[in-house]
Amino acid sequence: MGMTMTEKILAASSGRESVRPGEIVLAECDLMMGHDVTAPPAINEFRKTGAAKVKDPDRIALVNDHFVPNKDIMSAALAKAMREFAREQGIKKYFEVGRSGVCHALLPEEGLVSPGDVVIGADSHTCTHGAMGAFATGVGSTDLAAAWATGKIWLKTPETMAFDISGAPSKWAFGKDVILKIIGMIGVDGARYRAMEFRGPGVAAMSIYDRLTMANMAIEAGAKNGIFEADEKTAEYLAGTPARKGKIYASDADAVFADVVKVDIEGMEPVVACPSLPENVKAVGELKGVKIDQSFVGSCTNGWLPDLRLAASVIKGKKVHPEVRMIVIPATQRIYRAAMAEGLLDIFAEAGAAVSAPTCGPCLGGHMGVLAEGEVAVSTTNRNFIGRMGHVKSLVYLSNPAVAAASAVAGEIVHPEEIM
Amino acid sequence: MSETFKGKVWKFGHNIDTDIIIPAMYLNTTDPEKLADHCMEGEFPEFRKAVTPGDILLAGENFGCGSSREHAPVCIRAAGISCVVATSFARIFFRNSINIGLPVIEAADVWDQTEQGDVLEANPNGGILRNITKSREYKTAAYPEFVREIISSGGLIEWVKAREGVR
Repeated sequence: MGMTMTEKILAASSGRESVRPGEIVLAECDLMMGHDVTAPPAINEFRKTGAAKVKDPDRIALVNDHFVPNKDIMSAALAKAMREFAREQGIKKYFEVGRSGVCHALLPEEGLVSPGDVVIGADSHTCTHGAMGAFATGVGSTDLAAAWATGKIWLKTPETMAFDISGAPSKWAFGKDVILKIIGMIGVDGARYRAMEFRGPGVAAMSIYDRLTMANMAIEAGAKNGIFEADEKTAEYLAGTPARKGKIYASDADAVFADVVKVDIEGMEPVVACPSLPENVKAVGELKGVKIDQSFVGSCTNGWLPDLRLAASVIKGKKVHPEVRMIVIPATQRIYRAAMAEGLLDIFAEAGAAVSAPTCGPCLGGHMGVLAEGEVAVSTTNRNFIGRMGHVKSLVYLSNPAVAAASAVAGEIVHPEEIM
Repeated sequence: MSETFKGKVWKFGHNIDTDIIIPAMYLNTTDPEKLADHCMEGEFPEFRKAVTPGDILLAGENFGCGSSREHAPVCIRAAGISCVVATSFARIFFRNSINIGLPVIEAADVWDQTEQGDVLEANPNGGILRNITKSREYKTAAYPEFVREIISSGGLIEWVKAREGVR
Protein backbone atom coordinates (compact mmCIF):
# COMPACT_ATOMS: atom_id res chain seq x y z
CA MET A 1 0.00 0.00 0.00
CA GLY A 2 1.41 3.38 -1.01
CA MET A 3 1.92 6.51 1.01
CA THR A 4 1.01 10.15 0.56
CA MET A 5 3.66 12.88 0.46
CA THR A 6 2.90 13.83 4.02
CA GLU A 7 3.24 10.22 5.21
CA LYS A 8 6.54 9.83 3.36
CA ILE A 9 8.07 12.92 4.93
CA LEU A 10 6.95 11.88 8.41
CA ALA A 11 8.32 8.36 7.87
CA ALA A 12 11.68 9.61 6.63
CA SER A 13 12.04 12.18 9.40
CA SER A 14 11.34 9.60 12.09
CA GLY A 15 13.59 6.88 10.67
CA ARG A 16 10.80 4.59 9.57
CA GLU A 17 10.06 2.65 6.41
CA SER A 18 6.45 3.70 6.48
CA VAL A 19 3.76 5.31 8.59
CA ARG A 20 -0.02 5.11 8.55
CA PRO A 21 -2.56 7.76 9.54
CA GLY A 22 -3.09 7.79 13.29
CA GLU A 23 0.42 6.57 14.11
CA ILE A 24 2.41 8.87 16.35
CA VAL A 25 5.98 9.59 15.27
CA LEU A 26 8.87 11.51 16.76
CA ALA A 27 10.05 13.53 13.79
CA GLU A 28 13.41 15.27 13.48
CA CYS A 29 12.79 18.93 12.74
CA ASP A 30 14.66 20.80 10.02
CA LEU A 31 13.42 24.19 11.18
CA MET A 32 11.86 25.33 14.47
CA MET A 33 10.48 28.86 14.35
CA GLY A 34 9.15 31.22 16.98
CA HIS A 35 8.25 34.91 16.87
CA ASP A 36 8.03 37.80 19.32
CA VAL A 37 4.66 36.65 20.72
CA THR A 38 5.21 32.89 20.92
CA ALA A 39 8.96 32.60 21.52
CA PRO A 40 8.95 34.28 24.96
CA PRO A 41 6.60 31.67 26.51
CA ALA A 42 8.64 28.99 24.73
CA ILE A 43 11.80 30.37 26.34
CA ASN A 44 10.08 30.14 29.76
CA GLU A 45 9.18 26.50 29.07
CA PHE A 46 12.64 25.73 27.68
CA ARG A 47 14.19 26.88 30.97
CA LYS A 48 12.02 24.36 32.80
CA THR A 49 13.57 21.47 30.85
CA GLY A 50 16.82 22.13 32.66
CA ALA A 51 18.74 22.17 29.38
CA ALA A 52 21.45 24.81 29.25
CA LYS A 53 21.67 24.82 25.48
CA VAL A 54 19.28 24.19 22.63
CA LYS A 55 19.97 20.99 20.70
CA ASP A 56 20.94 22.75 17.48
CA PRO A 57 20.87 26.56 17.19
CA ASP A 58 21.25 26.38 13.41
CA ARG A 59 17.80 24.79 13.05
CA ILE A 60 16.09 27.55 15.01
CA ALA A 61 14.69 30.76 13.54
CA LEU A 62 13.45 33.66 15.67
CA VAL A 63 11.49 36.33 13.89
CA ASN A 64 10.38 39.80 14.97
CA ASP A 65 7.06 40.26 13.22
CA HIS A 66 3.93 40.45 15.37
CA PHE A 67 4.13 43.55 17.56
CA VAL A 68 7.07 45.18 15.80
CA PRO A 69 8.31 47.82 15.60
CA ASN A 70 7.26 47.40 19.23
CA LYS A 71 3.83 48.83 19.92
CA ASP A 72 4.25 49.31 23.66
CA ILE A 73 6.56 48.65 26.58
CA MET A 74 5.19 45.17 27.22
CA SER A 75 5.73 44.04 23.65
CA ALA A 76 9.20 45.59 23.72
CA ALA A 77 9.94 43.40 26.72
CA LEU A 78 8.84 40.30 24.78
CA ALA A 79 11.09 41.20 21.84
CA LYS A 80 13.95 41.85 24.23
CA ALA A 81 13.54 38.42 25.83
CA MET A 82 13.71 36.79 22.38
CA ARG A 83 16.74 38.89 21.36
CA GLU A 84 18.64 37.98 24.51
CA PHE A 85 17.83 34.30 24.09
CA ALA A 86 19.12 34.38 20.51
CA ARG A 87 22.42 35.86 21.69
CA GLU A 88 22.74 33.52 24.63
CA GLN A 89 22.10 30.43 22.50
CA GLY A 90 24.08 31.51 19.43
CA ILE A 91 20.99 31.48 17.21
CA LYS A 92 22.11 33.11 13.97
CA LYS A 93 18.74 32.96 12.26
CA TYR A 94 17.47 35.78 14.42
CA PHE A 95 15.71 38.46 12.40
CA GLU A 96 15.77 41.98 13.79
CA VAL A 97 13.41 44.81 12.88
CA GLY A 98 14.58 46.31 9.60
CA ARG A 99 16.04 42.98 8.51
CA SER A 100 12.96 40.89 9.12
CA GLY A 101 9.42 40.42 7.88
CA VAL A 102 6.26 38.46 8.48
CA CYS A 103 7.72 35.06 9.37
CA HIS A 104 5.99 32.94 6.71
CA ALA A 105 7.06 35.27 3.93
CA LEU A 106 10.53 35.63 5.39
CA LEU A 107 11.48 31.97 5.86
CA PRO A 108 11.11 30.92 2.19
CA GLU A 109 12.73 34.14 1.04
CA GLU A 110 15.74 33.45 3.27
CA GLY A 111 15.98 29.96 1.82
CA LEU A 112 15.20 28.31 5.15
CA VAL A 113 12.64 25.85 3.78
CA SER A 114 13.41 23.09 1.27
CA PRO A 115 11.25 20.32 -0.19
CA GLY A 116 10.96 17.33 2.13
CA ASP A 117 11.72 19.34 5.28
CA VAL A 118 9.86 19.09 8.55
CA VAL A 119 9.10 22.64 9.63
CA ILE A 120 7.41 23.51 12.89
CA GLY A 121 6.58 27.00 14.01
CA ALA A 122 4.82 28.45 17.00
CA ASP A 123 2.38 30.15 14.69
CA SER A 124 -0.64 28.49 13.17
CA HIS A 125 0.14 29.72 9.66
CA THR A 126 3.36 27.71 9.58
CA CYS A 127 1.39 25.47 7.20
CA THR A 128 2.36 28.06 4.54
CA HIS A 129 5.66 26.24 3.94
CA GLY A 130 3.88 23.20 2.56
CA ALA A 131 3.90 25.19 -0.69
CA MET A 132 7.58 24.18 -0.98
CA GLY A 133 6.80 20.46 -0.74
CA ALA A 134 7.67 20.41 2.96
CA PHE A 135 5.70 19.11 5.93
CA ALA A 136 4.99 22.26 7.90
CA THR A 137 2.67 22.72 10.84
CA GLY A 138 1.85 25.16 13.59
CA VAL A 139 2.45 24.22 17.22
CA GLY A 140 2.26 25.90 20.61
CA SER A 141 5.06 27.39 22.64
CA THR A 142 5.56 24.32 24.85
CA ASP A 143 5.89 22.10 21.77
CA LEU A 144 8.45 24.54 20.40
CA ALA A 145 10.40 24.55 23.66
CA ALA A 146 10.50 20.75 23.73
CA ALA A 147 11.69 20.72 20.12
CA TRP A 148 14.44 23.24 20.88
CA ALA A 149 15.64 20.93 23.65
CA THR A 150 15.46 17.69 21.68
CA GLY A 151 15.41 18.60 17.98
CA LYS A 152 12.25 16.49 17.67
CA ILE A 153 8.48 16.89 17.68
CA TRP A 154 5.75 14.33 18.37
CA LEU A 155 3.22 14.23 15.58
CA LYS A 156 0.16 12.15 14.91
CA THR A 157 0.27 11.15 11.26
CA PRO A 158 -2.71 12.84 9.64
CA GLU A 159 -5.01 11.36 7.04
CA THR A 160 -4.67 13.17 3.74
CA MET A 161 -7.44 14.82 1.73
CA ALA A 162 -6.60 15.40 -1.91
CA PHE A 163 -7.90 18.44 -3.76
CA ASP A 164 -7.88 17.91 -7.52
CA ILE A 165 -7.85 21.39 -8.97
CA SER A 166 -8.65 21.88 -12.63
CA GLY A 167 -9.19 24.83 -14.93
CA ALA A 168 -7.91 28.38 -14.89
CA PRO A 169 -9.57 31.24 -13.02
CA SER A 170 -10.59 34.56 -14.55
CA LYS A 171 -8.17 37.47 -14.79
CA TRP A 172 -9.15 38.74 -11.34
CA ALA A 173 -9.12 35.51 -9.31
CA PHE A 174 -6.01 34.01 -7.72
CA GLY A 175 -4.76 31.46 -5.20
CA LYS A 176 -6.59 33.39 -2.49
CA ASP A 177 -9.91 32.92 -4.25
CA VAL A 178 -9.25 29.23 -4.81
CA ILE A 179 -8.46 28.51 -1.17
CA LEU A 180 -11.46 30.58 -0.01
CA LYS A 181 -13.65 28.59 -2.40
CA ILE A 182 -12.30 25.35 -0.94
CA ILE A 183 -12.85 26.50 2.66
CA GLY A 184 -16.36 27.56 1.64
CA MET A 185 -16.94 24.05 0.27
CA ILE A 186 -15.64 22.03 3.21
CA GLY A 187 -16.03 24.45 6.14
CA VAL A 188 -13.66 25.68 8.84
CA ASP A 189 -13.31 22.18 10.26
CA GLY A 190 -13.62 20.35 6.93
CA ALA A 191 -9.99 19.19 7.07
CA ARG A 192 -9.61 19.06 10.85
CA TYR A 193 -6.60 16.93 11.88
CA ARG A 194 -5.89 16.20 8.20
CA ALA A 195 -3.33 17.02 5.54
CA MET A 196 -4.63 18.96 2.53
CA GLU A 197 -2.77 17.92 -0.60
CA PHE A 198 -3.35 20.29 -3.52
CA ARG A 199 -2.76 18.78 -6.93
CA GLY A 200 -3.93 18.71 -10.55
CA PRO A 201 -3.47 20.90 -13.63
CA GLY A 202 -4.91 23.94 -11.87
CA VAL A 203 -2.08 23.76 -9.37
CA ALA A 204 0.67 23.07 -11.91
CA ALA A 205 -0.25 26.34 -13.63
CA MET A 206 -0.14 28.33 -10.40
CA SER A 207 2.74 30.54 -9.32
CA ILE A 208 4.65 29.67 -6.18
CA TYR A 209 3.05 32.72 -4.55
CA ASP A 210 -0.46 31.48 -5.23
CA ARG A 211 0.56 28.16 -3.71
CA LEU A 212 1.99 29.89 -0.63
CA THR A 213 -1.29 31.77 -0.21
CA MET A 214 -3.27 28.53 -0.48
CA ALA A 215 -1.07 26.53 1.89
CA ASN A 216 -1.16 29.47 4.31
CA MET A 217 -4.92 29.08 4.76
CA ALA A 218 -5.02 25.28 5.15
CA ILE A 219 -5.32 25.92 8.89
CA GLU A 220 -8.53 27.86 8.23
CA ALA A 221 -10.09 24.53 7.23
CA GLY A 222 -8.67 22.99 10.41
CA ALA A 223 -5.86 21.16 8.61
CA LYS A 224 -2.61 20.05 10.19
CA ASN A 225 -0.72 20.91 7.02
CA GLY A 226 -1.24 21.89 3.42
CA ILE A 227 1.13 20.49 0.84
CA PHE A 228 2.09 20.81 -2.82
CA GLU A 229 4.47 18.55 -4.70
CA ALA A 230 7.63 20.48 -5.52
CA ASP A 231 8.05 21.05 -9.27
CA GLU A 232 10.04 23.21 -11.66
CA LYS A 233 8.36 26.35 -10.31
CA THR A 234 9.47 25.42 -6.80
CA ALA A 235 12.98 24.76 -8.09
CA GLU A 236 13.03 28.11 -9.85
CA TYR A 237 11.97 29.91 -6.67
CA LEU A 238 14.50 28.03 -4.53
CA ALA A 239 17.28 28.79 -7.02
CA GLY A 240 16.84 32.46 -6.21
CA THR A 241 17.52 31.76 -2.52
CA PRO A 242 20.32 30.06 -0.58
CA ALA A 243 18.03 27.09 0.13
CA ARG A 244 19.26 23.50 0.13
CA LYS A 245 17.93 21.45 -2.77
CA GLY A 246 15.94 19.26 -0.43
CA LYS A 247 14.21 16.00 -1.33
CA ILE A 248 11.14 15.88 -3.50
CA TYR A 249 8.38 13.53 -2.40
CA ALA A 250 5.33 12.60 -4.42
CA SER A 251 2.29 10.66 -3.28
CA ASP A 252 2.19 7.09 -4.57
CA ALA A 253 -0.41 6.15 -7.15
CA ASP A 254 -1.86 3.70 -4.63
CA ALA A 255 -1.67 6.06 -1.66
CA VAL A 256 -4.80 6.08 0.47
CA PHE A 257 -6.67 9.38 0.74
CA ALA A 258 -9.40 10.03 3.26
CA ASP A 259 -11.21 12.00 0.60
CA VAL A 260 -10.68 13.32 -2.91
CA VAL A 261 -12.37 16.64 -3.62
CA LYS A 262 -12.72 17.94 -7.15
CA VAL A 263 -12.37 21.70 -7.47
CA ASP A 264 -13.15 23.26 -10.83
CA ILE A 265 -11.79 26.80 -11.02
CA GLU A 266 -12.38 27.39 -14.72
CA GLY A 267 -13.46 30.99 -15.25
CA MET A 268 -13.76 31.54 -11.51
CA GLU A 269 -14.40 35.14 -10.41
CA PRO A 270 -13.12 36.66 -7.15
CA VAL A 271 -14.79 35.62 -3.90
CA VAL A 272 -14.91 37.17 -0.45
CA ALA A 273 -15.18 35.51 2.98
CA CYS A 274 -17.79 37.39 4.98
CA PRO A 275 -17.78 37.92 8.77
CA SER A 276 -17.01 36.12 10.98
CA LEU A 277 -15.65 32.83 9.64
CA PRO A 278 -13.46 32.14 6.60
CA GLU A 279 -16.08 29.62 5.39
CA ASN A 280 -18.71 32.32 4.76
CA VAL A 281 -17.69 32.66 1.14
CA LYS A 282 -19.66 34.64 -1.44
CA ALA A 283 -19.01 35.87 -4.96
CA VAL A 284 -17.78 39.44 -4.81
CA GLY A 285 -20.80 40.50 -6.90
CA GLU A 286 -23.14 39.45 -4.08
CA LEU A 287 -21.68 42.07 -1.75
CA LYS A 288 -22.69 45.15 -3.62
CA GLY A 289 -23.31 48.06 -1.28
CA VAL A 290 -21.18 46.75 1.62
CA LYS A 291 -19.41 49.95 2.67
CA ILE A 292 -15.92 49.77 4.15
CA ASP A 293 -13.88 51.94 6.52
CA GLN A 294 -10.52 50.29 5.91
CA SER A 295 -8.73 48.27 3.26
CA PHE A 296 -5.62 46.31 4.15
CA VAL A 297 -3.18 44.75 1.71
CA GLY A 298 -0.47 42.69 3.37
CA SER A 299 0.17 39.73 5.75
CA CYS A 300 1.62 36.24 5.33
CA THR A 301 -1.32 35.46 3.05
CA ASN A 302 -1.06 38.28 0.51
CA GLY A 303 1.87 40.54 1.33
CA TRP A 304 4.16 39.14 -1.39
CA LEU A 305 5.60 41.24 -4.19
CA PRO A 306 3.13 39.96 -6.83
CA ASP A 307 0.28 40.89 -4.46
CA LEU A 308 1.59 44.45 -4.20
CA ARG A 309 2.03 44.63 -7.96
CA LEU A 310 -1.55 43.51 -8.43
CA ALA A 311 -2.98 46.00 -5.92
CA ALA A 312 -0.85 48.79 -7.42
CA SER A 313 -2.04 47.96 -10.94
CA VAL A 314 -5.62 48.41 -9.74
CA ILE A 315 -5.13 51.64 -7.80
CA LYS A 316 -2.59 53.37 -10.04
CA GLY A 317 -3.72 56.87 -10.94
CA LYS A 318 -6.79 56.62 -8.70
CA LYS A 319 -7.50 57.83 -5.19
CA VAL A 320 -8.52 56.03 -2.04
CA HIS A 321 -12.16 56.89 -1.31
CA PRO A 322 -12.50 59.92 1.04
CA GLU A 323 -14.21 57.80 3.71
CA VAL A 324 -11.70 54.92 3.59
CA ARG A 325 -8.22 54.35 5.01
CA MET A 326 -6.03 52.06 2.94
CA ILE A 327 -3.03 50.40 4.59
CA VAL A 328 -0.37 48.58 2.60
CA ILE A 329 2.32 46.52 4.32
CA PRO A 330 4.93 44.64 2.31
CA ALA A 331 5.49 41.33 4.11
CA THR A 332 9.28 41.53 4.36
CA GLN A 333 12.09 44.04 4.17
CA ARG A 334 13.19 42.54 0.85
CA ILE A 335 9.68 42.87 -0.59
CA TYR A 336 9.49 46.42 0.79
CA ARG A 337 12.70 47.38 -1.02
CA ALA A 338 11.67 45.68 -4.26
CA ALA A 339 8.30 47.44 -4.14
CA MET A 340 10.09 50.71 -3.55
CA ALA A 341 12.47 50.12 -6.46
CA GLU A 342 9.55 49.30 -8.75
CA GLY A 343 7.71 52.43 -7.71
CA LEU A 344 4.83 50.50 -6.15
CA LEU A 345 5.06 52.18 -2.77
CA ASP A 346 4.80 55.56 -4.45
CA ILE A 347 1.73 54.46 -6.37
CA PHE A 348 0.05 53.58 -3.05
CA ALA A 349 1.22 56.77 -1.34
CA GLU A 350 0.09 58.88 -4.30
CA ALA A 351 -3.35 57.25 -4.09
CA GLY A 352 -3.59 58.26 -0.44
CA ALA A 353 -2.74 54.92 1.18
CA ALA A 354 -0.54 54.52 4.26
CA VAL A 355 2.47 52.29 3.66
CA SER A 356 4.25 50.75 6.63
CA ALA A 357 7.33 48.70 7.39
CA PRO A 358 6.81 44.92 7.60
CA THR A 359 4.67 43.73 10.52
CA CYS A 360 1.76 41.35 11.19
CA GLY A 361 0.15 44.32 13.02
CA PRO A 362 -3.34 44.90 11.62
CA CYS A 363 -4.09 41.29 10.64
CA LEU A 364 -4.51 40.30 14.26
CA GLY A 365 -5.70 43.64 15.63
CA GLY A 366 -2.27 44.19 17.13
CA HIS A 367 -1.39 47.66 15.92
CA MET A 368 -0.96 49.69 12.72
CA GLY A 369 -4.63 49.67 11.76
CA VAL A 370 -6.90 48.45 14.57
CA LEU A 371 -10.66 48.74 13.94
CA ALA A 372 -13.08 50.68 16.17
CA GLU A 373 -16.56 49.51 17.17
CA GLY A 374 -18.84 49.16 14.17
CA GLU A 375 -16.08 49.54 11.58
CA VAL A 376 -15.78 47.35 8.49
CA ALA A 377 -12.61 46.25 6.75
CA VAL A 378 -11.79 44.43 3.58
CA SER A 379 -8.50 42.66 4.10
CA THR A 380 -6.15 40.36 2.21
CA THR A 381 -5.41 38.46 5.43
CA ASN A 382 -6.52 35.01 6.49
CA ARG A 383 -8.96 35.39 9.41
CA ASN A 384 -12.19 37.30 9.88
CA PHE A 385 -13.08 35.98 13.34
CA ILE A 386 -15.04 38.14 15.77
CA GLY A 387 -12.72 40.91 16.96
CA ARG A 388 -9.83 39.70 14.85
CA MET A 389 -8.76 43.14 13.66
CA GLY A 390 -9.95 45.15 16.63
CA HIS A 391 -13.24 45.78 18.43
CA VAL A 392 -15.51 42.76 18.90
CA LYS A 393 -18.16 44.68 16.98
CA SER A 394 -15.95 45.35 13.95
CA LEU A 395 -16.29 43.27 10.79
CA VAL A 396 -13.71 41.80 8.42
CA TYR A 397 -14.20 40.65 4.82
CA LEU A 398 -11.34 38.59 3.36
CA SER A 399 -10.42 39.10 -0.27
CA ASN A 400 -7.59 39.02 -2.79
CA PRO A 401 -5.40 42.14 -3.22
CA ALA A 402 -7.18 43.32 -6.40
CA VAL A 403 -10.56 43.34 -4.68
CA ALA A 404 -9.09 45.06 -1.59
CA ALA A 405 -7.53 47.79 -3.74
CA ALA A 406 -10.63 48.28 -5.89
CA SER A 407 -12.82 48.44 -2.78
CA ALA A 408 -10.53 51.10 -1.27
CA VAL A 409 -11.23 53.26 -4.31
CA ALA A 410 -14.97 52.55 -4.46
CA GLY A 411 -15.60 52.85 -0.72
CA GLU A 412 -17.49 49.58 -0.85
CA ILE A 413 -16.71 46.00 -1.79
CA VAL A 414 -16.51 45.78 -5.57
CA HIS A 415 -15.18 43.61 -8.35
CA PRO A 416 -11.96 45.17 -9.70
CA GLU A 417 -13.54 45.53 -13.13
CA GLU A 418 -15.99 48.05 -11.74
CA ILE A 419 -13.29 50.63 -11.21
CA MET A 420 -10.95 49.79 -14.08
CA MET B 1 -4.85 13.88 35.47
CA SER B 2 -6.73 10.82 36.70
CA GLU B 3 -8.92 12.84 39.04
CA THR B 4 -12.55 13.58 38.36
CA PHE B 5 -13.79 17.10 37.82
CA LYS B 6 -17.17 18.30 38.94
CA GLY B 7 -18.39 21.77 38.14
CA LYS B 8 -20.97 24.11 36.73
CA VAL B 9 -21.13 24.46 32.96
CA TRP B 10 -20.36 27.58 30.95
CA LYS B 11 -21.77 26.80 27.53
CA PHE B 12 -20.40 28.25 24.29
CA GLY B 13 -21.17 27.55 20.63
CA HIS B 14 -19.36 26.01 17.67
CA ASN B 15 -16.07 27.17 16.11
CA ILE B 16 -15.05 29.22 19.15
CA ASP B 17 -11.74 30.59 17.89
CA THR B 18 -8.62 31.70 19.71
CA ASP B 19 -9.37 35.36 19.01
CA ILE B 20 -12.56 34.95 21.04
CA ILE B 21 -10.73 33.04 23.77
CA ILE B 22 -7.95 35.63 24.06
CA PRO B 23 -7.84 38.56 21.61
CA ALA B 24 -4.38 39.15 20.15
CA MET B 25 -4.17 42.70 21.46
CA TYR B 26 -3.58 41.24 24.93
CA LEU B 27 -0.74 38.97 23.87
CA ASN B 28 1.84 41.56 24.91
CA THR B 29 2.11 39.64 28.16
CA THR B 30 2.73 36.01 29.08
CA ASP B 31 1.29 36.43 32.60
CA PRO B 32 -1.59 33.93 32.98
CA GLU B 33 -3.37 36.17 35.49
CA LYS B 34 -3.41 39.18 33.16
CA LEU B 35 -4.45 37.01 30.22
CA ALA B 36 -7.29 35.49 32.25
CA ASP B 37 -8.85 38.94 32.72
CA HIS B 38 -9.67 38.87 29.00
CA CYS B 39 -10.56 35.19 28.67
CA MET B 40 -13.54 34.64 26.31
CA GLU B 41 -13.82 38.41 25.85
CA GLY B 42 -15.08 38.05 22.28
CA GLU B 43 -18.24 36.29 23.52
CA PHE B 44 -18.60 37.09 27.20
CA PRO B 45 -16.41 39.89 28.60
CA GLU B 46 -17.42 39.17 32.21
CA PHE B 47 -16.34 35.54 31.96
CA ARG B 48 -13.55 35.58 34.51
CA LYS B 49 -15.63 37.33 37.15
CA ALA B 50 -18.50 34.92 36.58
CA VAL B 51 -16.48 31.71 36.84
CA THR B 52 -16.26 29.86 40.13
CA PRO B 53 -12.99 27.92 40.35
CA GLY B 54 -13.63 24.35 39.18
CA ASP B 55 -16.32 25.26 36.65
CA ILE B 56 -16.35 23.43 33.32
CA LEU B 57 -16.28 25.06 29.90
CA LEU B 58 -18.52 23.28 27.37
CA ALA B 59 -18.36 24.01 23.66
CA GLY B 60 -19.56 22.52 20.39
CA GLU B 61 -17.49 21.62 17.35
CA ASN B 62 -13.96 22.77 16.56
CA PHE B 63 -13.26 24.51 19.87
CA GLY B 64 -10.05 26.57 19.83
CA CYS B 65 -9.71 26.93 16.07
CA GLY B 66 -7.39 29.55 14.67
CA SER B 67 -4.13 30.67 16.18
CA SER B 68 -1.49 28.46 17.81
CA ARG B 69 -1.30 30.83 20.77
CA GLU B 70 -0.80 28.77 23.90
CA HIS B 71 -2.11 31.81 25.75
CA ALA B 72 -5.59 30.39 24.96
CA PRO B 73 -5.52 27.24 27.14
CA VAL B 74 -3.30 29.07 29.63
CA CYS B 75 -5.87 31.83 30.20
CA ILE B 76 -8.77 29.36 30.40
CA ARG B 77 -6.96 27.49 33.16
CA ALA B 78 -6.00 30.72 34.93
CA ALA B 79 -9.63 31.88 34.79
CA GLY B 80 -10.49 28.92 37.04
CA ILE B 81 -11.84 26.42 34.54
CA SER B 82 -11.06 22.85 35.60
CA CYS B 83 -11.58 21.18 32.24
CA VAL B 84 -12.95 21.81 28.76
CA VAL B 85 -15.54 19.48 27.22
CA ALA B 86 -16.31 19.88 23.52
CA THR B 87 -17.87 17.97 20.66
CA SER B 88 -14.52 18.37 18.89
CA PHE B 89 -11.31 20.37 19.27
CA ALA B 90 -9.08 22.17 16.79
CA ARG B 91 -5.82 20.24 16.72
CA ILE B 92 -3.31 22.86 17.90
CA PHE B 93 -5.53 23.88 20.83
CA PHE B 94 -5.91 20.21 21.77
CA ARG B 95 -2.19 19.49 21.83
CA ASN B 96 -1.39 22.76 23.58
CA SER B 97 -3.87 21.82 26.30
CA ILE B 98 -2.34 18.38 26.73
CA ASN B 99 1.15 19.86 26.77
CA ILE B 100 0.36 22.38 29.52
CA GLY B 101 -1.95 20.10 31.50
CA LEU B 102 -5.40 21.59 30.87
CA PRO B 103 -7.78 18.61 30.74
CA VAL B 104 -9.71 18.46 27.46
CA ILE B 105 -12.48 15.94 26.82
CA GLU B 106 -14.00 15.18 23.46
CA ALA B 107 -17.57 13.94 23.77
CA ALA B 108 -20.45 13.60 21.33
CA ASP B 109 -24.04 14.59 22.25
CA VAL B 110 -23.15 16.33 25.51
CA TRP B 111 -23.29 19.78 23.96
CA ASP B 112 -26.79 19.24 22.52
CA GLN B 113 -28.20 17.92 25.77
CA THR B 114 -26.59 20.23 28.30
CA GLU B 115 -27.69 23.68 29.38
CA GLN B 116 -25.79 26.59 30.82
CA GLY B 117 -25.44 26.06 34.56
CA ASP B 118 -25.89 22.28 34.55
CA VAL B 119 -23.41 20.43 36.74
CA LEU B 120 -21.11 17.98 34.95
CA GLU B 121 -18.80 15.36 36.38
CA ALA B 122 -16.01 14.33 34.07
CA ASN B 123 -12.98 12.09 34.01
CA PRO B 124 -10.52 13.30 31.39
CA ASN B 125 -9.03 9.94 30.62
CA GLY B 126 -12.03 8.15 29.26
CA GLY B 127 -14.94 6.62 31.04
CA ILE B 128 -18.22 8.16 32.03
CA LEU B 129 -19.16 11.82 31.84
CA ARG B 130 -22.22 12.64 33.91
CA ASN B 131 -24.68 15.48 33.72
CA ILE B 132 -25.70 15.49 37.39
CA THR B 133 -28.44 18.09 36.88
CA LYS B 134 -30.16 16.10 34.15
CA SER B 135 -29.13 12.61 35.34
CA ARG B 136 -27.59 11.69 32.00
CA GLU B 137 -24.45 9.68 31.28
CA TYR B 138 -22.11 9.68 28.30
CA LYS B 139 -19.18 7.44 27.44
CA THR B 140 -15.99 9.25 26.49
CA ALA B 141 -12.92 7.82 24.77
CA ALA B 142 -9.53 7.45 26.41
CA TYR B 143 -6.58 9.40 25.02
CA PRO B 144 -4.10 7.59 22.76
CA GLU B 145 -1.35 5.85 24.74
CA PHE B 146 1.31 8.40 23.82
CA VAL B 147 -0.86 11.27 25.00
CA ARG B 148 -1.52 9.42 28.27
CA GLU B 149 2.23 9.16 28.70
CA ILE B 150 2.60 12.94 28.41
CA ILE B 151 -0.25 13.50 30.85
CA SER B 152 1.07 11.03 33.39
CA SER B 153 4.51 12.66 33.16
CA GLY B 154 2.90 15.96 34.14
CA GLY B 155 3.00 17.66 30.73
CA LEU B 156 5.34 17.73 27.76
CA ILE B 157 8.26 19.46 29.47
CA GLU B 158 8.35 16.82 32.21
CA TRP B 159 8.02 14.11 29.57
CA VAL B 160 11.01 15.55 27.73
CA LYS B 161 13.06 15.68 30.91
CA ALA B 162 12.24 12.12 31.85
CA ARG B 163 12.54 10.52 28.50
CA GLU B 164 14.78 12.41 26.15
CA GLY B 165 17.54 13.22 28.59
CA VAL B 166 18.23 16.78 27.58
CA ARG B 167 21.72 18.16 27.86
